[in-house]
Amino acid sequence: MFGRDEKPSQIRLTAVQYIILAIFLCLAYGLWRLQVSESGMYASLAEQNRIRNVPILAPRGKILDRTGRTIVDNYRSVTALLLRDSSRDLRTDADQIALGLHIDAKEVREKIRRFAALPQYQPIYLKEDITPDEEAFIAAHRTELPELDTIMAYRRLYPRKGFLAHLIGYVGEVSEDMLNQPQFELFNPGDVVGKSGVELEYNQVLMGKNGSRQVLVNSHGQEVGKPLDEKPAVPGRPLKLTIDVDLQIAAEQALEGRNGAIVAMDPRNGEILAMVSRPTFNASDFAVRISRSEWQRLVNDEDHPLLNKAIQAQLAPGSVFKIIMATAGLEEGIAQNLHVTCNGGAQFYGRYFKCWVVAEHRVHGEVNIAKAIYQSCDVFFYTLAEKLGIGRIAKYATALGLGQKTGIDLPQEVAGVMPSEEWKLRNYRQKWFAGETISVGIGQGAVAATPIQLARAIGAIASGGRMVRPHVADPSGLPENVIPASSVPDRVTIPIDPGNWAAITDAMAGVVNPGGTAALSHLEGIDFAGKTGSAQTVSNALKARMGASGKAKFKDNGWFAGVEPRRNPEIVVCVLLEEGEHGYLAARTAARVIKAYVDKQRQQPTTVARAGKAVEVGAVWTKSDSLAGDDFAAGHFLVGLSARHLPLAMAAPGLEAAH
Amino acid sequence: MSRYVSFRDFDWLLVAFVLAICALGVVEIRSATMHTKFAGAHIKQLYWIAGGLVGMFLVSLLNYQMLLERVHWMYIAAVASLMCVLIFGQKYLGARRWVKLPGGNHFQPSEWVKLILILAAAKYFADLQQRELSWSDFIKAGAIVAVPMLMVLAQPDLGTALTYLPIAAIGLFLGGLRLKQALVVIVLAGMAMPLAWHKLKPYQKERLVSFMEPDADARGSGYQVKQSLIAVGSGGIFGSSAGSQTHLAFLPVPQTDFIFAAFSEEHGFVGAVGVLLLYFIVLMRLTQNAQTAPDRAGTFLVMGVVAVLTFHILVNVGMVLGFMPVTGIPLPLMSYGGSSVLFMFLALGMVMNVRMRRFVN
Repeated sequence: MFGRDEKPSQIRLTAVQYIILAIFLCLAYGLWRLQVSESGMYASLAEQNRIRNVPILAPRGKILDRTGRTIVDNYRSVTALLLRDSSRDLRTDADQIALGLHIDAKEVREKIRRFAALPQYQPIYLKEDITPDEEAFIAAHRTELPELDTIMAYRRLYPRKGFLAHLIGYVGEVSEDMLNQPQFELFNPGDVVGKSGVELEYNQVLMGKNGSRQVLVNSHGQEVGKPLDEKPAVPGRPLKLTIDVDLQIAAEQALEGRNGAIVAMDPRNGEILAMVSRPTFNASDFAVRISRSEWQRLVNDEDHPLLNKAIQAQLAPGSVFKIIMATAGLEEGIAQNLHVTCNGGAQFYGRYFKCWVVAEHRVHGEVNIAKAIYQSCDVFFYTLAEKLGIGRIAKYATALGLGQKTGIDLPQEVAGVMPSEEWKLRNYRQKWFAGETISVGIGQGAVAATPIQLARAIGAIASGGRMVRPHVADPSGLPENVIPASSVPDRVTIPIDPGNWAAITDAMAGVVNPGGTAALSHLEGIDFAGKTGSAQTVSNALKARMGASGKAKFKDNGWFAGVEPRRNPEIVVCVLLEEGEHGYLAARTAARVIKAYVDKQRQQPTTVARAGKAVEVGAVWTKSDSLAGDDFAAGHFLVGLSARHLPLAMAAPGLEAAH
Repeated sequence: MSRYVSFRDFDWLLVAFVLAICALGVVEIRSATMHTKFAGAHIKQLYWIAGGLVGMFLVSLLNYQMLLERVHWMYIAAVASLMCVLIFGQKYLGARRWVKLPGGNHFQPSEWVKLILILAAAKYFADLQQRELSWSDFIKAGAIVAVPMLMVLAQPDLGTALTYLPIAAIGLFLGGLRLKQALVVIVLAGMAMPLAWHKLKPYQKERLVSFMEPDADARGSGYQVKQSLIAVGSGGIFGSSAGSQTHLAFLPVPQTDFIFAAFSEEHGFVGAVGVLLLYFIVLMRLTQNAQTAPDRAGTFLVMGVVAVLTFHILVNVGMVLGFMPVTGIPLPLMSYGGSSVLFMFLALGMVMNVRMRRFVN
């Protein structure tokens, strides 16, 4: 009989006890797994939870000119942002926020609406570069408007109106592509790095190392207590350039309104004193993130504002090349005795080559090497080219740095072209035609050079063959390991016979004197010398076929490469005027830069003329109107002055007695 | 029926262990709510425990057999109160679970319905005369639990509704469930699963998904589980002195549903296993009381309490350890909250009631 008081099955009761035991063993196992086996992992996860690394941003190094004047600085930029992971209704606060930040409340609401679909942890950037009183507003309303926050960053303060923009370059957030390259692999996404110019080349120097602060945060991300650990930021080191701001200003003004480039270099040591490329761009637009439309405009502009034409425009050098031709001709012993009669052109290899002078309804008549240079006679150089042959021309031109990078410490320099028989075979798989040599003789044909190459070559010839590698950063201030490795040696000397040297430089002085092609650019009291060039951008035949429109569209490029003083110059200036038509216009531009340089030098008190000490005597500007130039055409010398000679040295312009 | 009832027969040892667990809970509530807006919750919890103790003694004085005689009235009252909640309940966080009482207090009937269900099930199974369960009994027993369960589900409160299941399960098991019937339950449950999935609220689905893949949405619903695991894990063997998960508010509701995680973080493996051991002793003591019960109904009653308590521990601790999805079931005796504390002490009162009458007859 089964009664009311009969107990339920004892076996089942016991079973229940064992089930409970099993459940508890499972739970204990779970505890064991979490707290004993994998405790370390969870401990570090807990640490990641509560310890947050807040970066301390390192400002980039300043960029200074050769005398330490600041060219590029940083400013502290504060951006107001709206955190969206708080539980507040942002739209109701919009009016107060808009009032405090001086923006339109409608705009704020619009932004909140647009961001609604995005993940909550992405803040809304409300206003960049807020003013101190707007910053104070945010700080004062921390409790009422906890969703309002700021983020601070250092931004680059570049000179306005694109001053020196190409040389300086710009910075931007490191891109995906860059992160994959070995030299950028240590960077983090979001890091601001140099993207062009010295900002890129010397990024390693300029870029600081961000520090970090370890802070304890709660689950709302609010900092709790004092920072646990602080690693201060290492600011970037300043970069001293060889640029002289005064000369740069003069060069910028000289090229104002034109397209082209100017390079001013000290041929004694390769220091770039000024570098201009026009049109230019506003580097501040790149300071954080450039707008898409602005970028498109810059990239698609026919005048290539982003191109640093001083090192990236490879164009036919035109008659400036004749100085290299003259060097080759004289050194080979051919040009000295070459006398050519210019009748406005001559026949070579069955083709008639015109001299530019016929366009002015003149002829050069009897021409020797000096006249050929200062009158820029094409027929003379056609003849010289024929006699030299492409092989010897290429030998000298290559030795003087054409067709190869100068090794300047700027990114993306181009090599230009110096044609030769091998070059043509290699690139076109064709034999060199002797007729091509004739065009090369006047810097046309396949020859292409950059302004920096011409400055270096002409500077070297005027310095008696001393070639230097141009550079824009003052190497004395650079850490040992960041001097850019270049295959170009710092100094090479091309042997030039002193007689030939004098002949060429004197003829170059003749260019800017009466009778020369740039006589109007004569600088009174300054030993200025140079060579003009007008280079066709398309062949004459093509231009003729296109008629008037072609002539208007493809104007000649104007060139000028000038030095001062004529021998052992202190400065060489190369000017490219795109569509400048005439070399003498480029000469005028160059003359302004030279003038500015000399004027500045003359104002500098010299304190070194003291008895018993070796002094540098230089920049002795003579009246050099005569072509013979035998009345003190000198450059720089290091001399020990005796007490007897000291008054004489100090009488020279630019020198003042030491105190 | 002559009887001699004395508090000497009260299970003082059981009370001692229960109070030990409560004390640990109070200490942990204090620690977890320090410097938060819930500060001082441990004092309130002490009041609830005191109230619970009084309730326990009162309940133990009533004769449970007398209660069982009137259980059908109580059952009707329970269903009616659930109906009230559905109609007049306060909507809070998308669910009607509370009735506002005059005087500003809130009342959650689903907790004391649990108590009545334990009584009702005990009564029903005790009255069965067969050693094995017939199909009709099986269905009737299921219906007794299913009616209030569906009503709680409609609130909706899946967690509490689920706590009614072990009452039915233990009754069926001890009442002589046959293997065939068990299979039917399993098959039916399996079939109901996909159907139930469609009935789930989005937040419930989210909780289930995040249970399966806690990393899928670490900032969303997977957050609680993940933070709980980190809290428990970082406790290590002897506990983390910093207790940062709890004190820096990474752990959600550390004073209620996740109190075991907070405790495990602060006291480590040793402390956590200690707490489990206390619960295990309490459960073993309860089953012993069930075995010594004076009659069949008493056994069912005590085992009902055992089932509910075990289920709560399994689901809550399982959730904290990542074994179970987040359901919002508190850890009895430790978690902060009046309804939960009162229920446990009233249930214990009924156990005492049974125990004190073990020598009768």
